[in-house]
Amino acid sequence: MRLEFTDEEQAFRAEVQRFLREQLSPEISAKVWNGYELGREDHVEWQRRLHQRGWGGMGWPVEFGGPGWNSVQQYIFEEESALAGGPRLIPFGTKMVAPVIMAFGSKVQQQRFLPRISSGADWWCQGYSEPGAGSDLASLKTRAVLEGDHYVVNGQKTWNTLGQFADWIFCLVRTDSQAKQQSGITFLLIDMKSPGITVRPIMLLDGGHEVNEIWFENVRVPVENRIGEENRGWTYAKFLLGHERSNIAGIGIGKRELARLKRIASSERQNGRPLIEDPLFAAQIAQAEIDLWALEITNLRVLSAERKSAAVGPEASILKVRGTEIHQSISELLMRAVGPYALPFRREAMEAGYQFDASRESPGPRYASTLAASYCNQRKLSIFGGTNEIQKNIISKMIVGL
Amino acid sequence: MNFEFSDEQRQLHEVVERYLNEQYSFERFKSIKNSAAGWDSSVWRGLAELGVLAITVPAEQGGLGFGPLETLAMMGDCGRNLVLEPVLSSAVIGAAVLRAFADQKPAAELLAGIGSGEKIAVLAHFESGARYESQWVTTSARRNGDNYTLDGHKGVVMHAGAADTLLVSARTSGSPGDAQGVSLFMVPRTAPGLVLDEYPTLDGQRAADVYLKGAQVPLANRLGTEGGALPAIEAALDIGLAAVCADAVGVMQAMVDATVEYVRQRQQFGQPIGRFQVLQHRIADMLIHLEQARSMSYLAALRCTHEDIIERRRALSAAKAVIGQAARFVGQQAVQLHGGMGMTDELQVSHWFKRLTAAQLMFGDSDTHLQRFAALKRA
Repeated sequence: MRLEFTDEEQAFRAEVQRFLREQLSPEISAKVWNGYELGREDHVEWQRRLHQRGWGGMGWPVEFGGPGWNSVQQYIFEEESALAGGPRLIPFGTKMVAPVIMAFGSKVQQQRFLPRISSGADWWCQGYSEPGAGSDLASLKTRAVLEGDHYVVNGQKTWNTLGQFADWIFCLVRTDSQAKQQSGITFLLIDMKSPGITVRPIMLLDGGHEVNEIWFENVRVPVENRIGEENRGWTYAKFLLGHERSNIAGIGIGKRELARLKRIASSERQNGRPLIEDPLFAAQIAQAEIDLWALEITNLRVLSAERKSAAVGPEASILKVRGTEIHQSISELLMRAVGPYALPFRREAMEAGYQFDASRESPGPRYASTLAASYCNQRKLSIFGGTNEIQKNIISKMIVGL
Repeated sequence: MNFEFSDEQRQLHEVVERYLNEQYSFERFKSIKNSAAGWDSSVWRGLAELGVLAITVPAEQGGLGFGPLETLAMMGDCGRNLVLEPVLSSAVIGAAVLRAFADQKPAAELLAGIGSGEKIAVLAHFESGARYESQWVTTSARRNGDNYTLDGHKGVVMHAGAADTLLVSARTSGSPGDAQGVSLFMVPRTAPGLVLDEYPTLDGQRAADVYLKGAQVPLANRLGTEGGALPAIEAALDIGLAAVCADAVGVMQAMVDATVEYVRQRQQFGQPIGRFQVLQHRIADMLIHLEQARSMSYLAALRCTHEDIIERRRALSAAKAVIGQAARFVGQQAVQLHGGMGMTDELQVSHWFKRLTAAQLMFGDSDTHLQRFAALKRA
């Protein structure tokens, strides 16, 4: 038993650090460190740079054009990237639909879609949840009827993340309403430019446009865009959800946000002293740091076990629950650190590069403008990707055996 | 980075697990707990024969020369089977103290005796009024010729009554709270001027408050230099902290297992209560706490002998804070989920609960370590 990474892994970490130093622009890094939203072009440009380095298909095997990293290498990359202020990787293409295409897609589909995911040419989004199918995903109602060599799709998807940027959407649709719920589902790849698709923004409590509802009205999807067999989609969907869960704990992001919290709490004053010296506030920061450390070691234990088998087991549910709780607690402490200056809530001040009016009194510290919105936004963490309550169902069934 | 146990560590765990499952049933625990001595010399000999008491004794003193990971590998078993014998007090902490002074013949001999099981030596360091502050030493040692005269009061010395020798810290200079000026002495339990007020602790182990009233200790019994013993004492306490963490994780695992079994068996409203989601989620929460605690018990074992003292203290305070919080949650919820049965003396769960509660109170509770962790960051 040892904590230190192997020499090869440390050399790999140095290689990742070098790449980040050379390729990550200070503007993007500053946006990430300060909690500003990134635009489509920021993400696409980052994906292009990763692709040029041969790292576009993060976690993909070499035969599909990936770097062939193991889970430890992926972990190291994500940790270093987060600490450097690298953009969070948009998972829908590389981490979600790509593994499904590799495992269940045809040769033609693999050649058509995978290179464009790696290069950033296609932006993918997800069509899973529906208004009536959240945690109970298998109850989904969006219908697809085969007419000749096309499926005709009708229905509504929701909680679609960044679909306003997307070129393609992968969808679960019902093709057999007589069969048992899980047995009548098909997995389709749909071009977002298809006639009959309407994307409507859902405004969230932080004022941001991060998710959409998507309407399908007689959308025609060529049958060659079906993954695998008709009515086997649930199998592919579960496989995909397994991949969604790698790096689920977000240790690197946690470390970055904790460092930001300490920086802000050192700069904020209370009775003329730095807030970080307040015993109660310091204890809460310490608690978050200690909890993150415990989770980091738990995550490393999972990785250590995974060196032998590639699958992400039900332990990922433990990482998801604890990871989201810790991130939420750090985002709450960040907001509370600035006290009353978490109250001013101006969308324009949450954009990178916003200039405060110098002729007026200071509206509080510059870093305060995004913290309340971010706290609000981070409440999603325990809801998406399988609510934490669903995760606890998984833990009690799969690990405990109840 | 890997979290696999070596073959030796695995074997050690399996040997201890098998021995305790055969020789240390819950019934046996209860009869030992209720005996006059509160520990069993035949079990002690059995553990000595297995080599358990010699794990951290150096090869020069006839021991196995292993470290904290091997200690961790068997401490979980001691926790689960509620071992009352002074494994932690003598074979882990006593041995750790004496290793620092193994160049002195009396210490080396005592160390060999600990490993063979013939001798028991425990550290008598913390004082009433010191809480968990290791520098707060008021007991005094005054030199007069070839002797020291010791006066003072050591609080809650684990297994003092079972010990042949107490390793007593006392101040030879400075004031309470000073790091310098603390010396360490080997004092026979039967020495004149040394009085024990013995009692059971809440988890059924034995301890004593130790009163030193002009106890005479020969110069040769001083361990190390005069006034320079605190680093060795703190190093031994850090090793003990890591070991008690491993003990607690063993107890928590046993409690989770027993609770899962109980909610499967127990029928109410015409079904096993484990079908109720509210109980399933509680058990999931217990398991999450347990796994975080297990991770931190590994960290504590890996870092408790680290030469960088800040890194060592950060890791140990983080570990004890997490494990204390986990012990509280798992212990309380295991009793809760057993319902009225969890309250009874008859079930092992109540005894595990008390052992976990005791573990929280030893070597600093979670709040103490949270504060220390926060203070270390600013240092």
